[in-house]
Amino acid sequence: MTAVLAAVRADETHFPLFVHVLGAMILVGGLVTAAALLVFARGDVPSLRRGYWTLLAVALPGWFVMRIGAEWIYQKEHWDDLPEGIDEPAWLGIGYILADLGGLLLLVSLIVGGIGMRRLRNGGGAGLLKATMILSLVILAAYVVAVWAMAGKPD
Amino acid sequence: MSFDDWILALHVLSAFAYVAGIILFWVLIVAVRKTDDPEGTLRMQPASMVGNAVIGIGAGGTIILGIWLAFSVGDYAIWDFWILAAIVLWAIAAGIGQRTGKAYMQGVTKARELESAGQRGSNAELLALNRTQIGVRLHTAATIVVLLILIDMIWKPGA
Repeated sequence: MTAVLAAVRADETHFPLFVHVLGAMILVGGLVTAAALLVFARGDVPSLRRGYWTLLAVALPGWFVMRIGAEWIYQKEHWDDLPEGIDEPAWLGIGYILADLGGLLLLVSLIVGGIGMRRLRNGGGAGLLKATMILSLVILAAYVVAVWAMAGKPD
Repeated sequence: MSFDDWILALHVLSAFAYVAGIILFWVLIVAVRKTDDPEGTLRMQPASMVGNAVIGIGAGGTIILGIWLAFSVGDYAIWDFWILAAIVLWAIAAGIGQRTGKAYMQGVTKARELESAGQRGSNAELLALNRTQIGVRLHTAATIVVLLILIDMIWKPGA
């Protein structure tokens, strides 16, 4: 039943799906870019700043767009109103958990990186931005799993 | 999950990689506009290589796995309008992407020449090459074409 519900997509859900996927793509793109810049920065201050700002100005807005799109399509496809005795499919649960957990980790990485950015002015902060880089890679890995789950729809 | 489900998941992940590469190059395009020295220009090369890798994986994965799905999934056919449109748009995006790369490589080549000549300071010619308007226009066009592919994939006109 849930597989049928997932397969049947009314025309009115196309735009919310577009918003969701576009937001997720911006989020993943921001994470890839920030991680690449922070990994190869090797203490170079402009590269560290660029990496952090990418996380803040690209990945974070992408997360919000993705999450708004997710909630919108959840309502449109009536996943909040399943018949009695029918559970949500696994892929939807995986997507929800990883989206929210990833969002929380993104917030932590931005706070840690923000402190690092302030300390860069006094010659420190590189260690904190390295922590931001590691968190970015962890979040990226989580979102790769989320994309796999949302696209492949495992039972 | 069936084999086709796995292929679909990898196809979508490839699309994410493609867009990630485009976003990475947007960040580098903005960053390089303020860069007028060889060291700063060349420092972006490792990130640029990541961008080339994810775009390569994304472009290759989307087209190969997408064509596989067109033949393998019963509901789709390769001559469906939305699939043909996606293939044409993919080819356009690939062509534009190659030209964008060439436009930005001029600055990298100049930076290498300056560095090998021992010139490490600001250079007006390097800044002009890094600020290539052709490169910005081409990358904008590639971004729009990839956005059209995404719209085509979701709305599936003619399906």
